[in-house]
Amino acid sequence: MSAYPLVDHTYDVVVVGAGGAGLRATLGLAEAGLATACLTKVFPTRSHTVAAQGGISAALGNMGEDDWRFHFYDTGDGGGMVLRAGLPLQDMEFVQFHPTGIYGAGCLITEGVRGEGGFLTNANGDRFMERYAPNAKDLASRDVVSRAMTIEIREGRGVGPEKDHIHLHLEHLGPEVIRERLPGIAESSRIFAGVDVTREPIPVLPTAHYNMGGIPCNYHGEVINPAGGDPDAIVPGLMAVGEAACVSVHGANRLGSNSLLDIVIFGREAARYCAATIKPGAAQAPLRKEVGELAISRLDRLRHANGTRPTAELRLQMQKIMQSDAAVFRTASSLQEGVARLARTIRTLPDIGVRDRSLIWNTDLIETLEFENLLLQAITTMHSALARTESRGAHAREDFPNRDDGAWLKHTLAWVAADGAVRLDYRPVHLATLSDDVQTIAPTARTY
Amino acid sequence: MALLRLPSVFQVQTGIWHRVVSTGARTRRVRIYRFDPDSDRNPRLDTYEIDMAACGPMVLDVLIHIKNEIDSTLTFRRSCREGICGSCAMNIDGVNTLACTKPCADIRGDVRIYPLPHLPVIKDLVPDLTHFYAQYASVMPWLQTRSPAPPDRERLQSKADQEKIDQPSACILCACCSTACPSYWWNSDRYLGPATLLAAYRWIIDSRDEALGARLDALEDPFRLYRCHTIMNCTEACPKDLNPARAIAQIKKLMIERRS
Repeated sequence: MSAYPLVDHTYDVVVVGAGGAGLRATLGLAEAGLATACLTKVFPTRSHTVAAQGGISAALGNMGEDDWRFHFYDTGDGGGMVLRAGLPLQDMEFVQFHPTGIYGAGCLITEGVRGEGGFLTNANGDRFMERYAPNAKDLASRDVVSRAMTIEIREGRGVGPEKDHIHLHLEHLGPEVIRERLPGIAESSRIFAGVDVTREPIPVLPTAHYNMGGIPCNYHGEVINPAGGDPDAIVPGLMAVGEAACVSVHGANRLGSNSLLDIVIFGREAARYCAATIKPGAAQAPLRKEVGELAISRLDRLRHANGTRPTAELRLQMQKIMQSDAAVFRTASSLQEGVARLARTIRTLPDIGVRDRSLIWNTDLIETLEFENLLLQAITTMHSALARTESRGAHAREDFPNRDDGAWLKHTLAWVAADGAVRLDYRPVHLATLSDDVQTIAPTARTY
Repeated sequence: MALLRLPSVFQVQTGIWHRVVSTGARTRRVRIYRFDPDSDRNPRLDTYEIDMAACGPMVLDVLIHIKNEIDSTLTFRRSCREGICGSCAMNIDGVNTLACTKPCADIRGDVRIYPLPHLPVIKDLVPDLTHFYAQYASVMPWLQTRSPAPPDRERLQSKADQEKIDQPSACILCACCSTACPSYWWNSDRYLGPATLLAAYRWIIDSRDEALGARLDALEDPFRLYRCHTIMNCTEACPKDLNPARAIAQIKKLMIERRS
């Protein structure tokens, strides 16, 4: 590939992505004296932990003799990289919807608002959460509140001219509490909804927020790829942390601030584990000659993609499919349709068109690389959700409304072949704690 | 009086006019600075006619609409789209601000969009911030201590001390202020500019930081700090309603206090 002059760099560890977990890992690795490169698409201080785009922070260490890492030469999206390398993603059917995104804009209003006493109402002014969750009410978990809001809207009790959203009230809290404890909320609401939160409610709607699923890994951050009858077999030298990873501490659901665990525990642990297992500057096996060629050829193919379908058009198509067929509520028929429609989108990929051919700040190309990654993950979500014939955590099947621990207390694993074909398998859930200090709690039905 | 004009290679030329097919009632003209680093052509000003009914309300919505529907080569930075990350700072309607929080409805006439002024342009609306980031790093924007950390807890501070750093900590490094400052335009090679000085101030007044003397020493310089002439463009431009001009004045005050 003489068209692309390449410069090789050697590091003890390469961290791909500078989200909170990736940065925490990088800090620990540097402290331990390991030569560390942190690759990021956005300048690191641009507050990823607030501006998170979801699922792009993956850490990658070269701890073993194996050279899996050499397949991962893009700086692209962690989940897409893993799938292209023939590794599985785990539990991709569990997508969290945040209940209170600003209507129209999608910016999130923290549940701290409801923690401070804010509440939701429908078109009749009813505090409807009292019916769905008599004890927790507006503080029920995100999936419960999102489903309740969706039902209220679906049954014609949404607010606004289209009856398609819900009101979030904090007028009664008083300007002092809002200013001191909910900084930013008043500002976001004013800018994006034109609302003065001290006088009127905020229009809100459930908004896709977080992937519980991701790259399966153990509590050290080592990536798992079941092999030879061992459901916990690891991929030597490859680690994942942050939203890209699925350590599955929280299972099929999550609460606000759970992501901080990815930073303060798993970001730190990934660095500690690397420091304990890698010697700074240790000799590394030479790269195979063809290493990196896959990534370069992918870049070259898309950079010169000459088709008739702009990336934005196919991306919008994918977004619409995910919105209509894998939303807050799912059924076999919606998911089957989603599987078929996504397969059609994949078949149109050879006709994708990129117009910017430059190697300087080519966002047309970057968005296309990102779109391919997103599409791979979208099909794992759709297939995994169709197969899981129960409701659990954030995965709500209207045709299978109950949780079924007998059949489904297990992780989904999804592999995607080059032609888009999906293979599913399952691995057991670790339920026992690693410590004798606390008792293992058996799973029970959730009530609010 | 000297006549100043741009060298001919920098002069912005008339660009391409992208017309809408069906002209809706809410059509607006958006004029955008384009620079293609791969060609040796001058920068140009492209014009896009936009049906605002098909597009979100903010300037960033318009840029994304153009990139998605009309011209995928249009290049700009963007990330959080809610005024938190500072990526999409640019010069809109003659004012430096964030495209994601600037409603088109606030602009009369054509929407004119240029990169942040007085920075090298990499491509279209993307300026080179390398020097800006290097200046930020030069003030060592992290906690510096000599005393050992408490073994059993974090380094604590009072609520009153915390409130002192509240505002300066809210800076998102968008560079709107520094690139609105005439002193920075002339002397950015040596003057640190309001964003970096605000960051310096944030650590100077942090009750937990133990490097006050060294931090002030590093700023005691005719250019780094004292090129601020209280023009106040920085405070006027800040999209987060912060007050870099006040922070700079406070640093100058601390300099005088420690001399006396």
